[in-house]
Amino acid sequence: MSMFEGLKFRRVSSPIHDLDPRVKFLYVIIMFAIAVMYMELIPLIMLFLIQLPLVMVAKVTKQWIKSMRGAAFLASIIFFTNFIFSYLYRGQQELPFILEYSMAMTLRFIVLVGSFSIFFLTTSPDHLGLALEKSHVPYEFCFAFTTAVRFVPVLAEEAQTIMDAQKARGLELEKGNFLKRIRNYIPILIPLIVNAIRRSLELAEAMESRAWGATKNRTNLYELKLRMGDYTLILLTIIILILAIYVRLYVPIPRITEIFP
Amino acid sequence: MIEVKDLYFTYPNGVEALKGISLNISDGEFVAIMGQNGAGKTTLVKHFNGLLKPSEGKVLIDGADTKDVSVATLARKVGFVFQNPDHQLFCETVEEEIAFALRNFGFKENVIKRRVTWALNLLGLKNYRKTSPFMLSGGERKRVALASILAWNPKILILDEPTIGQDYNQKEKLRQFILQMKAQKKTIVIVTHDVEFVAECNPRVILMSEGKIVADGEARKILTSPGILEKASIIPPEISRIFLELSDFGFPTNVIDVYEAGGIILDFWEAKNR
Repeated sequence: MSMFEGLKFRRVSSPIHDLDPRVKFLYVIIMFAIAVMYMELIPLIMLFLIQLPLVMVAKVTKQWIKSMRGAAFLASIIFFTNFIFSYLYRGQQELPFILEYSMAMTLRFIVLVGSFSIFFLTTSPDHLGLALEKSHVPYEFCFAFTTAVRFVPVLAEEAQTIMDAQKARGLELEKGNFLKRIRNYIPILIPLIVNAIRRSLELAEAMESRAWGATKNRTNLYELKLRMGDYTLILLTIIILILAIYVRLYVPIPRITEIFP
Repeated sequence: MIEVKDLYFTYPNGVEALKGISLNISDGEFVAIMGQNGAGKTTLVKHFNGLLKPSEGKVLIDGADTKDVSVATLARKVGFVFQNPDHQLFCETVEEEIAFALRNFGFKENVIKRRVTWALNLLGLKNYRKTSPFMLSGGERKRVALASILAWNPKILILDEPTIGQDYNQKEKLRQFILQMKAQKKTIVIVTHDVEFVAECNPRVILMSEGKIVADGEARKILTSPGILEKASIIPPEISRIFLELSDFGFPTNVIDVYEAGGIILDFWEAKNR
């Protein structure tokens, strides 16, 4: 659950929070692309380091570290599967290389989670909906999207209460074999789903009573506009991308084991 | 016996909900925990069956520390009825719903059958045995939730906001029911805002505000002290308010019972007309 904790938006004001969500999304996509471009450890370390100043400027260091910690379990799985399979494939004599390769693959995943986490930690759901609308996504879909995001914490809290209520009736979630454990979750999932459906019907009524969809041309209270900060981030992102492509094509990248034999 | 010793509790998000609670609830006692929203009432009672474990301090149930025992074990002794029945109903029939906890506790099939029938009769749900709990009305769902807890006959019963959304008839039934449980020497703890209901039941009242206990004593005394009540953002029951207003005429100020109040007024009337 703590991994999702790191994706939850918190209302803080910082230069990163004020950026246009589309620009931040561009940044995330390019980080994603660069991370996939490289399989070597050194550039991935550099890519990881690039995220840090952003996190600090956004004042979300604590939550960001939390989401990184949440990703640690998956990261370790990625590390071990890579390590074990390349070890079986290549044999013992290339151990340092295998180690470096597995670490690079893990770091690639961490960079992805890290940049996504920055995006979600600093972008309010409303902003995100607005950005979708600006990208000519039909308003119905934007609304469905923002509502879904809006109800995630509500559902999480409700799931907790339901778990408590069923535990109070003697339900033990961690008891039994794998299949039994999955079945243990039925008493939690059914009330959760039933309540979610009930709530969605209520929401629909509430929306209708507030004349949802009465006019075709909606106006927004807040308009997204590109400002100085946005242009700076776009520029920086593009410079990083060009550099990354150039290095990929023309510069041989040394392994760490070659630098420190 | 519930013993709470210097209990502090902080939620993972940093909210300090309980700040040094100490209290004892003896066997067979009937206690109402009152206080404004966010005073920590529900947080406190969630410690009684181990759903929450103390950050500091201790909670002992019959001498056993809740930190050492699982919720499932404690639940056998401490029945906890949640505020919203929709948070626990999930079975296809009311009968199954009541049997769920009994199965978890490992009762034998014939015992389960007997107890389910007993619980259904106790709460007047006999006709709904094979009905889906989702088809029932709000009040009926609440009764099913209560029946599903009572079925295993816990020694201590905790009711979180039992009167919310109930009409007068249901409340009266609930009161009768609580009195019946009390006669069976069960410990009953209710968490509530409903002053009128508490006034009618006349239990021991524990008043909470901002994570601390601000008053503890009999309902008659606490519900008639506006100064203390104000701290927990509660107003006295209507009857007490009238008597507090009339204190200049020599009326007693510690009345919460309607019948007692009626008697006093009649006496006053007769004395005046004589």
